[in-house]
Amino acid sequence: MAKVILQLGELTCPSCMTKIQKAVQNQDGVSNVKVLFNAGKVRADIDESKTSAEKLSKVITDLGYEVLKTKVKELA
Amino acid sequence: MTKLNIWIAKHQNKMTILIAILIGLSLVFNYLMHFEAAATIFMILASIVGAIPVALHAFTALQNKVISIELLVTIAVVGAFIIGEYEESAVVTFLFLFGNYLEQKTLEKTRSSVKSLTKMAPTMAELVVENGQTEMVDVDDLDEGDRVLVKTGGQIPVDGKIVQGTGYMNEASITGESTPIKKGIGDKVFAGSLTDNGTITVETTSVGEDTTFGKIIELVEEAQDSQSPAARFIDKFATYYTPAVLIIGILVWIFTKDFPLAITVLVLGCPGALVIGAPVSNVAGIGNGAKNGILMKGGNAVNTFAQVDTLVLDKTGTLTTGKMSVTIVDNFDGDKEKLLGLLTAVEKTSNHPLGQAIINYAEDQNIKPASGLPTLDTVKGQGLVGQTDDFKILVGNEKLMKANQVNINDLQKKIIEQRMQAGDSVVSMAINQELRLVVGVNDQLRFDAREGLQALKDAGLKKIVMLTGDNKLAAQRIAAKLPIDEVHAELLPEDKVEFVKQFQAQGSTVAFVGDGINDSPSLATADIGIGMGTGTDVAIETSDIILVKSSFDALAHAYILAKKTVANTKENIVIAVGTVALLLLGLIVGVIHMGSGMFVHELSILVVIFNAMRLIRNKSSKLDTDQVLKTAN
Repeated sequence: MAKVILQLGELTCPSCMTKIQKAVQNQDGVSNVKVLFNAGKVRADIDESKTSAEKLSKVITDLGYEVLKTKVKELA
Repeated sequence: MTKLNIWIAKHQNKMTILIAILIGLSLVFNYLMHFEAAATIFMILASIVGAIPVALHAFTALQNKVISIELLVTIAVVGAFIIGEYEESAVVTFLFLFGNYLEQKTLEKTRSSVKSLTKMAPTMAELVVENGQTEMVDVDDLDEGDRVLVKTGGQIPVDGKIVQGTGYMNEASITGESTPIKKGIGDKVFAGSLTDNGTITVETTSVGEDTTFGKIIELVEEAQDSQSPAARFIDKFATYYTPAVLIIGILVWIFTKDFPLAITVLVLGCPGALVIGAPVSNVAGIGNGAKNGILMKGGNAVNTFAQVDTLVLDKTGTLTTGKMSVTIVDNFDGDKEKLLGLLTAVEKTSNHPLGQAIINYAEDQNIKPASGLPTLDTVKGQGLVGQTDDFKILVGNEKLMKANQVNINDLQKKIIEQRMQAGDSVVSMAINQELRLVVGVNDQLRFDAREGLQALKDAGLKKIVMLTGDNKLAAQRIAAKLPIDEVHAELLPEDKVEFVKQFQAQGSTVAFVGDGINDSPSLATADIGIGMGTGTDVAIETSDIILVKSSFDALAHAYILAKKTVANTKENIVIAVGTVALLLLGLIVGVIHMGSGMFVHELSILVVIFNAMRLIRNKSSKLDTDQVLKTAN
């Protein structure tokens, strides 16, 4: 398990948040998705055998949002 | 598709300008040159350029099974296009995109306070590698145990321990205290604080989001998004509302066969201000708090705090600073400085907290401890005794003086009594059976406690209760100086919890203010736990509200801010619901059309954002630095 933090560009519409939330949640091996609307951040726990930070980043980019920075932290 | 999405997201603002130009050109051709065909072509172009980004948003949302506002607008625009209302479709898309742009700009403002906080987070560090060489690295690449070098004026990049050097640290970003503190080998330092002076090497204990500063930022970020019950309700409402509007639009079309009316309903039904109204107040309110050293854990905390009518306070460390300090020194015969020098030398041999207060006092007054003391013996519960052939020194409490039959005259007796009346602990020094010094030591009341508590009462707080483990007399003496309604003394931590529960059982909404370590049961039990003191882990976890700056001014500001934020949220909901009601009314009467409906919508969104922005500027504090200095002396 690892914790992923994605820093996105500024989010302005609350509906974007629902969109990102659902899209990321629907990925295999992803849990505890949290989209921080005001901070423009997405946090999620991932199972590295099933998915990766790059994959999540691509999912969000496909929705039309910029991913500025990705951070992965191993969870013990 | 992806590339197009991103390209459009990046250039959306430019596209909005393009649409404005096209619409402008169309108007010029229509009214100035009476060339209607060209005017229509420009309107069609404007509609297409405008509809593409909106439709794309709608499409990606639909892919994820979300019916978005953009979908309503897209259908309306396509509809208007089909029936040849190019002017309406162009104006609607323009207003929608322009509204987005304004929303983005104003939201940036409401978020600015937290942004300025995150900007203070360190990004680079000077890592010490072999042979004492250093290299600049990203803080994210640091690990526990790494050593980093911080020079004068530099920012400490990690939480850690000083392993080399000393310096003065400005820890304002963590503790709210901007007076630099001297720190040396073995002392803990915090990421985000600054070295005012000195070069130090720090051994890393935690990095990035795990540091105290990182946790503070994370807390505020999450708080801004964690919604109040009102906001949550609206959010749920909006998820059903948008599809409902779509269905209503279809029904209107089926039953009235009035296609233009049906698409107007879609535009008017956009939930706009309703969705953004409540959260934006929270963001602004919490942001204002964060800027003033008040961390509120989300909309729920703000909401409940605004309803609090009973405030329960711990005394030591909360109402008082928890630090002992000398209040007054009376000397009888002899030079005061010399006597104090002697007393300081005696106290240096003990580690009693009262003694520490005296040593600090002497240091402040530049008094050097005397030398050549006799060997001292401790008399438990009384003090210290030292004796040579012709010199006997006693330092301690009244019991010690009595036990050694020290002469105390009426004046001295009166002075000692006065000090005790004032709630001080008294340290006396006698030389050769004559009383020479009487020193009052007290746990100092926070300088702004009285003004702060009064401000809380003025803001509508009904009852203030002080709980303490101290003796009754001392507690009552402190309470007498303050607008406190009830005092309960000689309590154990578990008794304090019982009091909190008792007030809750009486129907009060209770806030408990404590220092976060020994009071955590009470903090957790109260409706609102307020941690006062430094940003320690315990305080951050158990409290709902954290006062980074341990001041009552901040507490009063937090309370007033919470009340204002809740009032602001209500105003915004009224504005949003009122707008929708007015628009529907306008539609029935026939004065509202697609374009004007969209215009009113976007206007209402701006109104709620501007209303929330009033919270950012709000600072209710009236205490100024003069007052601080006066009370401190």
